[in-house]
Amino acid sequence: MIHVLLITFIITLFYMSIANRLMTYIKVLALQGVILFFVVFLQLSEINTLNLVLILLETIVFKSLAVPIFLGYLLKRNNITREAEPFLPNFVSLVITTFIVVITILISNTIKDDHLDKIFFVVALSTLFFGLYLIATRRKIITHVMGYMVIENGVFVLSLAVGNEMPMLVNLGILLDIFASVLILGIFLNKIGDVFKDVDVDQLSNLKDY
Amino acid sequence: MIGIYLLGAFAIVIILFFSRNKMLVYSLAGLFLVLQWMITIYACLHYRNTELIYFTFDSLGVILLITLSIIAVPAFIHSYIYIENHHENQQTRAIYLTAMVLLIMAISAGYLSNHIAVTWIFTEITTLSASALIYHHRNKLALEGTWKYVFICAISITFIFIGILFLSLSLQNAGSDDLSFRNLLARRAELNPVWLRMAFLFIFTGFTAKLGLVPMFTAGIDAKDKAPAPAGALFATVLMNLGFVGIFRFYIVIANTPLLHWAQLVVGSAAFLSLFVSTVYMLKVKNIKRMFAYSGIEHMGIVMLGVAAGGIGYYAAILHIILHAFVKSSLFFQFNQLYTVFQNKSIYHIGNYFKYNPTGAMVLLLGFISATAMPPSGLFVSEFLIFKSIFDAGQILLLIVVLLLLTMIIWAFGKNMFKVLFVPAVGFDDSHVPKISPWESLSQFILLAAAVYLGLNPPAVFVKMLKESVALLPM
Repeated sequence: MIHVLLITFIITLFYMSIANRLMTYIKVLALQGVILFFVVFLQLSEINTLNLVLILLETIVFKSLAVPIFLGYLLKRNNITREAEPFLPNFVSLVITTFIVVITILISNTIKDDHLDKIFFVVALSTLFFGLYLIATRRKIITHVMGYMVIENGVFVLSLAVGNEMPMLVNLGILLDIFASVLILGIFLNKIGDVFKDVDVDQLSNLKDY
Repeated sequence: MIGIYLLGAFAIVIILFFSRNKMLVYSLAGLFLVLQWMITIYACLHYRNTELIYFTFDSLGVILLITLSIIAVPAFIHSYIYIENHHENQQTRAIYLTAMVLLIMAISAGYLSNHIAVTWIFTEITTLSASALIYHHRNKLALEGTWKYVFICAISITFIFIGILFLSLSLQNAGSDDLSFRNLLARRAELNPVWLRMAFLFIFTGFTAKLGLVPMFTAGIDAKDKAPAPAGALFATVLMNLGFVGIFRFYIVIANTPLLHWAQLVVGSAAFLSLFVSTVYMLKVKNIKRMFAYSGIEHMGIVMLGVAAGGIGYYAAILHIILHAFVKSSLFFQFNQLYTVFQNKSIYHIGNYFKYNPTGAMVLLLGFISATAMPPSGLFVSEFLIFKSIFDAGQILLLIVVLLLLTMIIWAFGKNMFKVLFVPAVGFDDSHVPKISPWESLSQFILLAAAVYLGLNPPAVFVKMLKESVALLPM
């Protein structure tokens, strides 16, 4: 069951790579939060109940409700146009995403470790690289934020792989999630939207050496 | 005591954030300095003790803590001058000092922590406080700098976290879940090498954002440019040292495994690339504050080359970051006076500084001599030892290229610096140049002199501590 969920998680990445509208990105992020909720529920069977409840709350309340609602609010408030505006055509995006997943599977095949369920490794690493790819190839600043959220989800999957032995690391992951998201989204909400009216990375090139 | 320190600093941070009274704000900042020196002296007296499980007063931590506490004093003095000269309103003043206190507290705790996850948490806190300092001016450029810094640092702390996760995977075979550096070192033989490699790659990449190496150095440059100079002085020195501590403590573990050669290759190539990149930018850069920042990238490249070369290089690397901290912070502290005179950062609009502020110009001249490691600068000694270690490692070709790059850097640095000091700026109207008190340069002279003294005639206890910090590395 966990495997099915994790594979669904990978499929969301493919969907994201060809999605056109920012609202779709937000919905996919919410869906990823829900998937992670079930993965946590099935995977972390050995940790104490209170901690489990905390982690579950983080996935469902923070990842799949708070962040998407907040991102949607940002879209409206800053009047950001709905297109994602990628630098590359969708077909190329899809090919590159496939390439990323295949590469991570090949890497995972070279590793011999009985302690780790390799699918966690594959999902986490491909999500990480996909997030970096998303950041690199989209024009709007808010898609950078979404790319970062994708990376965080990937890291969260990886932390679940060791969650039973070291619950502290999952909690640290949550700390990172909340801290970084609040910091980044906070700056975005308060400032970027007001100052840079047309929220585009090309505007962030005034800091120069000469 | 470390508990009292952290709680006290947090209390000061919270009161500072809400206080608007001028006297109260400055006395709280003074109180924090007292607290900072109390923990420093306490750490010296309780050398090698462990407190609250996660904090150890080991030699590396204590030396860097002393460096930080020394630099913190002029940092607050210059912040005071900066705030009063700019007539900041009550709110920005309070936020500035809050962020400064939080930054220094987080850096101190990061130095002393003996657990990689704790170092990581305090590195996160430095990102938070640094972003508040970068955004101090509340304008568009500051916002751009803040956004880039926050975003790159968020990605880099995520990378460090991934590295920690891989490290925990690597440790699972050893049947232990304690991620303290001591435990990692004790179980080095049982660590799974594949996961250890991945862990090192991610942790190294993550900490380069703080240390200022390729690939993540860009954010730090913008940060040092846009933050007020006293804060920039902290970013360019002690915060970089925090990145160094994060990498170095883990490097000690990996250097004692069969992966040593591979790790040397990783660190060495990143260091060489940083040196190359900083040379390119130094030749091009026209903004004097950014030039100081790129010079920091160059120095960190040299330091990490020393670490990669091994042997005497380890010792020289730690000596170098301490001396660099003194020299570079004094250059940054001096920058505000330069800016007060010319109201500009561009080389084209600055010139003939000796005419307007001879004392400050002396600081810049001495700072230039120190930063380019010309004798009698203390950095000369450490850089010489690093070159010797590269030579001993048999990398003569690398050494030649490095020396060529350094020559270009000295040429570029010197060209810009002598323009600033002696060549009059075209079209500069000097009828409104304010008078600057020579006393404002006193702390810079002291810092530069300290760098010379520590480099040329290091006290025995200092040498002993440096040697102890690198004792765990294979020679």
